[in-house]
Amino acid sequence: MPTITFVQPDGTATPVEAVEGESLMQAAINACIDGIVAECGGNCMCATCHVYVDAAGLPAMAEGEDALLDGAAAERRPNSRLACQIPVTPALDGITVDLPDRQL
Amino acid sequence: MTSPAPILHEAPVSDLDPFSLAYFDDPFPHMEALREAGPVVRLRRYGCWAVARHAEVHAVLSDWASFCSSRGVGLADFARETPWRPRSMILEADPPEHTRARAILARVLSPAAMKGLRERFAAAADRLVTGLAARGEIDGIADLAEAYPLSVFPDALGMPQEGREHALPYAAVVFNAFGPDNALRREALESSAPHLSWVADACRQEKLAPGGFGAQIHAAADAGEITRTEAELLTRSLFSAGLDTTVNGIGAALYCLGRFPDQYARLRADPALARAAFEEAVRFESPVQTFFRTTARPVRLGGIALEEGEKVLMFLGSANRDPRKWERPDEYDITRRGSGHVGFGNGVHMCVGQLLARLEGEAILQALARRVTAIEITGTPERRHNNTLRGLARLPLRLHAAAA
Repeated sequence: MPTITFVQPDGTATPVEAVEGESLMQAAINACIDGIVAECGGNCMCATCHVYVDAAGLPAMAEGEDALLDGAAAERRPNSRLACQIPVTPALDGITVDLPDRQL
Repeated sequence: MTSPAPILHEAPVSDLDPFSLAYFDDPFPHMEALREAGPVVRLRRYGCWAVARHAEVHAVLSDWASFCSSRGVGLADFARETPWRPRSMILEADPPEHTRARAILARVLSPAAMKGLRERFAAAADRLVTGLAARGEIDGIADLAEAYPLSVFPDALGMPQEGREHALPYAAVVFNAFGPDNALRREALESSAPHLSWVADACRQEKLAPGGFGAQIHAAADAGEITRTEAELLTRSLFSAGLDTTVNGIGAALYCLGRFPDQYARLRADPALARAAFEEAVRFESPVQTFFRTTARPVRLGGIALEEGEKVLMFLGSANRDPRKWERPDEYDITRRGSGHVGFGNGVHMCVGQLLARLEGEAILQALARRVTAIEITGTPERRHNNTLRGLARLPLRLHAAAA
């Protein structure tokens, strides 16, 4: 199972064993990671699973995700993504995902 | 021709009427019985299938290609009978038609758009709650759950001032009409004419205030993305779905916080929990209780073979109380991680106004947390009966005002 490490704004890092095929958001929710809210349950509608992530093998960003990120509560950066739109694949093993200071 | 539904006997059969007044008054034991009977149950009375567990409800919501909406999301099958009103372009449509309409509403109701409303909505909530806290004895429904959305939503939509009293009765008709041909539906449709004609007129571009949601939808028609008639129909969707739902959502939150004083104390101690407290009320009470889908092709669900053209009734409220999904499902817990509840649906048809609903719920509960030390239920709540919506007609409350 790919290991994904979620890092809080204060630097606390939590590695999570993620299941292939689920989303980064689901992996975080299942591991009770603070800082991911996911109000819409993974339907790309709320921008409360905003993360900062740089990694090879991420899917391209669709128009809907791009538009939602403009309304995210925390600062949008070049590496901003919605965790619900990133499926866990073996290529993501070992990556680090930074959490923003707020989702709402 | 194949013989009809050869393996129908595999599914358990129920005689439940989930559109009866007795059911509405106490649905939870019936939900449990349906969940325990099996993943898919035949409802003999209506000749349709029912799913009441979270896994199957979620699966049906997520598979629009097998379980379509274009044949209606009520019991009536639009392939066999004419809809009572022109079909909704969003609720009663499938991709790709649905996708185009949805994109416009999603833009108008986006997180960025909500940021622009936040301050105004919070100020209105604070004004209302301050006045009610000074009064003390209130009806939580008329004075708060209805009064608050009525004070912010019609203006945000740009609804014409004249005739706004039609808005709630119109929504009640729409949500009753999803049910079977029972007294609630017949009476709703018989009384619907004046509400329908007001709404049809109020959705026209020249009737909508500049800058509101309605005007923004019409701007998409100006830009050639949709036709003028489509813009009117999409605006109508906001009239139908944007008011009664939040009224019942806020009503649910008040009813929950009144019954669970320990949870109100937690909210009072940390008003930042307001949004979660509203969300948990949507899970706990599920203001929108049920929706139907129609099978667009033969499909297997929960081990049962469903034919094409069959109605499937999804019990959203039951999925949100399913112990297979939730720990302590019958406890209202504002610190619960509720992501994945289906109170707003799921998949491509998930409530497009969910962010607006949460904004309203959060604003009113934050104002309460700041201005009111305790909420006390002082009389017997009265239920309002509707074929789709769960909510109260009256909720006598005493608000204990915080020292200024």
